[in-house]
Amino acid sequence: MTSTASPLLEVRDVSLGFGGVRALTEVNFHVNKGELFSIIGPNGAGKTSMLNCVSGRYKPTAGRVFFEGRDVTGMTPNQRATIGIGRTFQNLALFGHMSVLDNIMVGRHHLLKNNFATGGLYWAGAQKEELAHRRKVEDIIDFLEIAHIRKSTAGTLSYGLRKRVELARAMAVEPKIILLDEPMAGMNLEEKEDMARYIVDLNEEWGMTVVMIEHDMGVVMDISHRVIVLEFGRKIADGLPDEIMSNERVKVAYLGVEDDEEPAAGAVA
Amino acid sequence: MSGNLLFQLLLNGLIVGTLYGVVAMCFVLIYKSTQVVNFAQGEFLLIGAWTCWWLVVDAGLPFWFSFPLTFLFMMVFGIALQMVVLRPLIGEPIISVIMVTIGLSIFFQAITKWIFGADVQPFPEIFPVKSVDVFGLSVQPAYLMSLVVSILVMGGFAWFFKYSRMGLAMRATAFNQQVAQSLGISVKNVFAMAWAISAMVSALAGVVVGMVNGVSGALSFFGIKVFPAVIVGGLDSIIGAIVGGLIIGLLENFAEYVDGQWLHLGNLYTVAPFYVLIIILMIKPYGLFGTHKIERV
Repeated sequence: MTSTASPLLEVRDVSLGFGGVRALTEVNFHVNKGELFSIIGPNGAGKTSMLNCVSGRYKPTAGRVFFEGRDVTGMTPNQRATIGIGRTFQNLALFGHMSVLDNIMVGRHHLLKNNFATGGLYWAGAQKEELAHRRKVEDIIDFLEIAHIRKSTAGTLSYGLRKRVELARAMAVEPKIILLDEPMAGMNLEEKEDMARYIVDLNEEWGMTVVMIEHDMGVVMDISHRVIVLEFGRKIADGLPDEIMSNERVKVAYLGVEDDEEPAAGAVA
Repeated sequence: MSGNLLFQLLLNGLIVGTLYGVVAMCFVLIYKSTQVVNFAQGEFLLIGAWTCWWLVVDAGLPFWFSFPLTFLFMMVFGIALQMVVLRPLIGEPIISVIMVTIGLSIFFQAITKWIFGADVQPFPEIFPVKSVDVFGLSVQPAYLMSLVVSILVMGGFAWFFKYSRMGLAMRATAFNQQVAQSLGISVKNVFAMAWAISAMVSALAGVVVGMVNGVSGALSFFGIKVFPAVIVGGLDSIIGAIVGGLIIGLLENFAEYVDGQWLHLGNLYTVAPFYVLIIILMIKPYGLFGTHKIERV
């Protein structure tokens, strides 16, 4: 955090409103290269909205988003994907009718240099290029241990596997930062442990910067380097996992106010 | 003798059916990737046919040169149409966009009548022979050419969607635009591409039908005939479009035969596909190959 290099991702005073509803209010944070960064908060706190502002799905009403020191606030989601912001979605968003391999190959889309004509005629090293891509895709498949299902139709897989394929597809874009929206939601303990291990390996072995939204506090506190907490669209805490765990405001946000006499009195009246 | 007539009609049905299939495929392509029901599909045939006719008759170019040139024009036309008219409508309610395509259909019909007149213009003879003998049945060479080109186009579509980068991008976009964008696919480009391919391939059908029946505003009726084909096949299935096209092509010719031999109602040829349209909507509203939308709660 004390390094002089500018952060990989910087979110500066971002506010987001939908009509009269304020989803985010002047949120500030930054993510350094190589970090595993988590955003937590109660339901409806604006975590996914925050991620959408970074990935480009939403345009902040105020404030700016910087990536590698460059202002990306005005860029479309696909432009941002091309410059290295990858993401997965909270609800499963695989291309259900396609095979696992095709799903991952879609992620290679912008990296394929051959166009429609030369690709079609196998000119200009199209085959060589295709092979290089396939090798990269196979690396990802090996890493996530999904080799046995590569030919299966994505829609037929179990929930945990589908989440893994979605991660593979996001990795195939070769992003510089990857945004994971609840990668472990709805998983059983074993699947969660697997996923946590993949995320840590992705961060440590592949050197990928990861931003994650997750509800499982055990996992978040275990694997994150740094955590921010959102509540009602505002950032209420920012720090190391230990600091967050002992933060009074965070406890209040998650557990509610401790003056339990008052609501009871109100209920009687 | 009447058996021979039946075979002749069924062969015609098969050939016209592949053309229906090709146009239905173009229709499905736009529906699948942009969710727009394009009521101006028939006008693509009309504009393509007039363009080719103009190049051959007025500009005096040879057919083998005019034909590809027509494709090129239609590609530019499709991209321009998407960029100028349809792109600003992205994000508007889909029903508005559909209304705009109805407007486009009327506009194009009017403008082609204004430029080329309302009369049927025959296509100059391209092929040296009037008809070719196939197993004792006579077939117009334009239809034979259409059969070959249609099959090539269908094969091309299959290859394009299965193996090409753009095809994969288009399938991804059809499935979920938001996810496609997150993977670096420009949805705007995919939309433009869909309209361009659709306009181009429809023009092919327009030229072929124009060569057989002459070029006139009646060509746009083809766009209406495609509705039964896509409803039978399923609105969002490319394979369904081809099968639906073949079924409608065979059916209308069979209806003609039945009508001519026994019923003598007259015009069953034109009406039969729409009876099927209604029946299919009642018993199998998603068509033979369409996606059943199941809401899991």
